[in-house]
Amino acid sequence: MKARTATRFAPVLLLAAIASYVLFPDYLALITQIMILAIFALSYDLLQGHTGIVSLGHAAFFGLGAYSVAILSRFGVTEPVLGLFAAGAVSAVVALVLSPIVARGNDLTRLLITLGIGSLLYEAANRARAWTGGADGLSDFALSPLLGVFEFDFLGRTAFFYSFAVLALVYACLLRITTSPFGLALAGIRENTTRMRAIGAPTARHIAVSYMLSGAIAGLGGAVLAQTSHFVSLDMLGFDRSAEVMMVATLGGTGTLHGVVIGAAGFGYVKDALSTLSPKYWHLALGIVLMASVLLMKGGIAGALARLAAWRKR
Amino acid sequence: MINTASVLLDGVSYGMLLFLFSIGLSITLGLMRFVNLAHGAFAMIGGYVTVSLVNLLGVPFLLTLPAAFAVSGVVGFVLERVVIHRVYREPELQQVLFSIGLAFAASALATIVFGPQQQPIALPSWLAQRISLLGVPVGASRVFLIGVAAVAAVLLVLLFNRTLFGARIRAAVDNRRAAEGIGVRVGRLFAVTFALGAAMAGLGGALAVDSLGLDPTMPFKYLIPVLMVVVIGGPGSIPGSLVASLVLGVVDTMFKYAVPDVGPFVVYALLVGMLLAFPRGLAAIRA
Amino acid sequence: MTAALESRNLAVRYGHFSAVGGVDLAIAPGARHALIGPNGAGKTTLVHALTGNVAATAGSVHLDGEDITHLAQPARVRKGLARTFQINQLFRSQTVLENVLLAVFERQRATRAFWRSATGDRRAIAEAREHIALVNLASLADQPVHRLAYGQQRMVEIAIALATRPRVLILDEPAAGVPTTESAVIFERLEALPREMTLIFVEHDMNLVFRFAERITVLVAGKVLTEGTPAEISADERVREVYLGRRGHHAA
Repeated sequence: MKARTATRFAPVLLLAAIASYVLFPDYLALITQIMILAIFALSYDLLQGHTGIVSLGHAAFFGLGAYSVAILSRFGVTEPVLGLFAAGAVSAVVALVLSPIVARGNDLTRLLITLGIGSLLYEAANRARAWTGGADGLSDFALSPLLGVFEFDFLGRTAFFYSFAVLALVYACLLRITTSPFGLALAGIRENTTRMRAIGAPTARHIAVSYMLSGAIAGLGGAVLAQTSHFVSLDMLGFDRSAEVMMVATLGGTGTLHGVVIGAAGFGYVKDALSTLSPKYWHLALGIVLMASVLLMKGGIAGALARLAAWRKR
Repeated sequence: MINTASVLLDGVSYGMLLFLFSIGLSITLGLMRFVNLAHGAFAMIGGYVTVSLVNLLGVPFLLTLPAAFAVSGVVGFVLERVVIHRVYREPELQQVLFSIGLAFAASALATIVFGPQQQPIALPSWLAQRISLLGVPVGASRVFLIGVAAVAAVLLVLLFNRTLFGARIRAAVDNRRAAEGIGVRVGRLFAVTFALGAAMAGLGGALAVDSLGLDPTMPFKYLIPVLMVVVIGGPGSIPGSLVASLVLGVVDTMFKYAVPDVGPFVVYALLVGMLLAFPRGLAAIRA
Repeated sequence: MTAALESRNLAVRYGHFSAVGGVDLAIAPGARHALIGPNGAGKTTLVHALTGNVAATAGSVHLDGEDITHLAQPARVRKGLARTFQINQLFRSQTVLENVLLAVFERQRATRAFWRSATGDRRAIAEAREHIALVNLASLADQPVHRLAYGQQRMVEIAIALATRPRVLILDEPAAGVPTTESAVIFERLEALPREMTLIFVEHDMNLVFRFAERITVLVAGKVLTEGTPAEISADERVREVYLGRRGHHAA
């Protein structure tokens, strides 16, 4: 059901991207930011929405991807697409190494361990100044033209199309993953682990693979942000970013690919509008909306859309 | 030698603060199965109550402690009755999201009212001085902090083990339905327990201003050690939480002092090692 | 002959409370074996210990002669020991087909694949539909499980267990919470299962037990009181005492 809606939504997404390029040429940078947020939120939702496990430190993999781009360029990996996949691979490997402790625990220990992973990486990046620039971040890394042809122009056109291409790729991959036999098993873990064990399922293995894939995709998102903004900083690893992605997924509708993308668009736009006005009130509003979404608006935006569609059918 | 003793004392005082921060979360997790990641907000409230009373109204520090305890408790009670009790029935994921929202809102409110900066506090001279404890010069405030927290811990244990209220809570933890069956009003019991936990955190927050500082990031700052205490000590266990807090506090302080470069990572190493060895927490082995 | 499922001195203790206290069971291949006993006799705990849902405190469990005591539940399932639950354990928002299909995929270890489509696997889907047809739910295969009536959900429990292709299937009160008229239907479906599949079931309704079981084990206070054919059990004074005693207690 959800997968079908997500498939139907794919052309809408494409049209929306083209339309926004034509209609809002002055806002390409913002739209690029939103698409990167969508990539990150999609990666996170593979865990929360599809596997039913919460991570409080998912920015670790986003930031890891971003720093990988910057650090790899010192070793001559300056071509963006190559850097992108290298960054995704780095995040995947780190996620895979960490996955046994994430997969083995119960829900409570998992909150703690994911929070710990996020803080640990943040602290490590903060201290490894020689590699990461510490609190100052990094901006002196080289990037060659995309595919050897397209420079990242200051109007942000290349960045826009590049981000969109990665978002489309991630969306398509996740559509396939969530409708695969593996995706069915993830839904099984989300719905009932007792039953999963009783059909002989290797739940820890499934969770570990889900964590690895999710980490890899988050790494792609971070890499795109580093490349399009040509800047890497500690906040890309921070708790605020981890919390933000939870909110995007929840507000958009966890477990629905299209909902998460809509959530990212809405969140990104409102954040841009409000946070320049007053970051304090933005955080307050965010907290209140998140609480309200748990109590009042189950299923987020996608849930509301589905209810609307059901209501219209009657 | 003298140094070791004073570092140890610092560790114990940090551990006692962790105990005050975490005991409410531990009890609500054991009793209501509610994962309250916003519990640190109550410590923050206590801190701001004390700072405001001392700095703005000139109230003596000692008198602000019961105020911090009471205000955090009342805020906790009202929040529980108005919204939080609705979240108990939700799946854990929803509880986590709700409480993160609450923590964000609390942190933002603190920024709006008090600003993002660290809050200074001037301790009375009898606390600011150094005293000699068995020949070792130590900060009086540390000794005072440990004393107050120890008294609070003892009172809490007595409350749980020696009173009808405590018996009701223990009955509800063991078997909620049976407790309801024998006439325990579980809803009200939950609210009072939640308020008590919030009040303990508030007291901790007030005591912590001097040594740990106070700013609007407080709700998140000690989330990792607090969760570690709950996981290691076992949800709902007061002695478990106390031991876990003290061990964590002392180990963390010792390493930060002895090896400043890697000290902050020791907690994480402990965390990973513990979870590799006991993926369901130390408390699970005892059960 | 090697027993299909055997327990030797199997015990489960919680602190000082002994839920299962040294149970010896030997279930013959192809058996239709009932586990009965008053409430609190430890039937469900015994099932948990046999299937690996709880760890045994002492004793051992053997499947076709192989010691499986130290295997976790998923490993036991892959060796051919499946179960259903007294309280439904289903993927409630998924369809009946998805519920059963997932069990088929897990048995085939096809759930490792995240790169191909689940709905593209026609053979797995055909097999899942067969299991669903066997429990008379073919017309409801594409409905989400939570929309089904309770009795139908009990059938989904069984279909999922069948999809693991068990040699030994343990059913914990398969008709629990279902009206008597429907519970007979559930047991008739169970009777239609292949004879070589060993069936063990916990059941409270004595009519159903005496109608479908070929052997019966009576459990009282975590221990085996006696075992025998339905005729032997119904003639056993001690069994009658246990049940009549309870009834007398209720009347008082």
